[in-house]
Amino acid sequence: MTIFDAGFRRLRVIDLARVASVGLRTRKLRAGLSALGIAIGVAAIVAVLGLSSSSQAGLLAEIDRLGTNLLTVSTGQTITGDTAKLPTAAPGMISRVGPVTTVEQVGVLDKVRAYRSPLIPTVNSNAISVQAASLHLPRAVTTSIAQGRFLNAATARYPVAVLGAAAASRLGIDRIYPGERIWVGGQWFYVIGILHPATLAPEIDSAVLVGFPSAARYLGFDGHPTTVYIRAATDRVDAVRSVLAPTANPENPSEVTVSRPSDVLVARAKAKSALNGLFLGLGAVSLLVGAVGVANIMVISVLERRSEIGLRRALGAAKGQIRVQFLSEAILLAALGGAIGVAAGAASTAIYASTKHWAVVVPTLAWAGGLAAAVLIGAIAGLLPAVRAARMSPTEALWTV
Amino acid sequence: MTTNATLPTTDRLTAQGTPRRVLELRAVSKIYPSQPPVTALRGIDLTVTAGELVAIVGPSGSGKTTLLHVMGTLDRPTAGSVRVTGVDASDMTDRELAWLRATRIGFVFQQFFLAEHATVLDNVADGLLYAGVAYHERREQAAAALTAVELGDRLYARPTQLSGGQRQRVAIARALVGEPAIVLADEPTGNLDRATGQAILSLLDQLNSSGTTILVITHDRDIAGRMPRRVEMLDGRIVADGATKAASPIDGWWLE
Repeated sequence: MTIFDAGFRRLRVIDLARVASVGLRTRKLRAGLSALGIAIGVAAIVAVLGLSSSSQAGLLAEIDRLGTNLLTVSTGQTITGDTAKLPTAAPGMISRVGPVTTVEQVGVLDKVRAYRSPLIPTVNSNAISVQAASLHLPRAVTTSIAQGRFLNAATARYPVAVLGAAAASRLGIDRIYPGERIWVGGQWFYVIGILHPATLAPEIDSAVLVGFPSAARYLGFDGHPTTVYIRAATDRVDAVRSVLAPTANPENPSEVTVSRPSDVLVARAKAKSALNGLFLGLGAVSLLVGAVGVANIMVISVLERRSEIGLRRALGAAKGQIRVQFLSEAILLAALGGAIGVAAGAASTAIYASTKHWAVVVPTLAWAGGLAAAVLIGAIAGLLPAVRAARMSPTEALWTV
Repeated sequence: MTTNATLPTTDRLTAQGTPRRVLELRAVSKIYPSQPPVTALRGIDLTVTAGELVAIVGPSGSGKTTLLHVMGTLDRPTAGSVRVTGVDASDMTDRELAWLRATRIGFVFQQFFLAEHATVLDNVADGLLYAGVAYHERREQAAAALTAVELGDRLYARPTQLSGGQRQRVAIARALVGEPAIVLADEPTGNLDRATGQAILSLLDQLNSSGTTILVITHDRDIAGRMPRRVEMLDGRIVADGATKAASPIDGWWLE
């Protein structure tokens, strides 16, 4: 007897997609504007996550380029809390360790200050340190000379100085010309070179570097190094690291501080910026506003399309099919916004990263999460209008114009 | 290809050759629960058999439109039973009623209700959307139905490019495309000028003679006069039901 042996048919997926896209296809401007809110929110989230990942990738690549095989040995503290001294023989001892390829050293002259001229008040030391440096220091810390030249065996014996990048700018020296000099420890030193920034050894940047012999001769340096820079074979770095303290100071290994500068930089690169949280929050607010926009548009759309709803009911649409149609339309609208947002976020990440020469990294979490959030928002925003559309009486929808 | 405007013979007649009842209303009442309650239908009994062309005629407020809602299963009667092709619609769920409409009933409206953004072909194909017919098959059947209403050359036109009469023919094709047991037409000529209206009535006549059961609701006695069977309504009751007299006296009691 029943006519339903043939069975009630659900809409095919392809038909549902067609029906759900009717509203978007016929009201393009409105659909575009209401998708915009969600697009902006998703774009903000994707861009923030993408940029922080890309900058991290860029920094890690930079660290890789600088080399992770740099180790430093520096003065620690004695048991009584005084600053310990490294033996003068430490660099020589360390260079005898097998996998060590390079050993360079500096010695900080902590009583000596450098000034642009003797007329500068002594308190204006600009936090510039004066250090005695060995002759191949720039190579060991992966920096190079920006102007002029570095110390050599001859110039290391005379009152000449090379400036770290930050020290040069604080002293107001941006180029080298013959006769350029600075006032160091009560006498003139001639400036012969300026270094590029040393990412792995930022303490060099704010230093005025002089030769060991001239430091001893003109500035009363006792010859004890304060930091030794060591390059070792990359696969043996850990082994070298474990023997450095006893090698540098066999009598008091605990008075030596050994560290690996690249570790610090990696840790810093991986730390999340506090601003990320702020921008993610703004993105979330924008998503919320977008959701309200979609809900609003869908409510209006349901009211406007009464006759369409009534017609579909007359053509045989069940309430559930009307509900699914409007819900799908809201989801489609939001997903469209989400897709545009992901594209915009990824594009802005790519553009910014390429200007900084970083690798472009858009984490899966960012784009998949952004899209998923958009779809979820569409579903929530579309729920109420869809239920209202389904509840609409077909007779009222068709006969009340 | 056969046109889909004709119904298979088996759908009109039972095996015994007795006329098949496509629509049966028994003691149907409809009361709208407003304050005070409005009684729109009072104990309507009506049977429509396959192949008939029926006019329901009456002044506004006589309950024609409510009757159409109830017959079309768009609204439930307060009391009484409605059977469509022998199936009792009283206890059906919303889904079952929707399926009944999708497969057994075609609607034609005064305002056409065509989707302006879609082609004529897609508008007609939508008539099969909820009957579970696949897209390409829908379009094929829609093209056949449009040919049957003499619009086979305007398949890809938009409704906005058509005249009123053409639009109503598109709407008729949409109602016919699913080969429904009955087509319910609500004032199909109400938005058309007289000549165009006549053409639409001729089309309905022609479709009926090729087998489609059609029920037309109208307040226009001239239109009703052209139909083989006329059901007159007043105040929610059927006051007359019979074959149209050849030259009916025009003294309609509802007209002044």
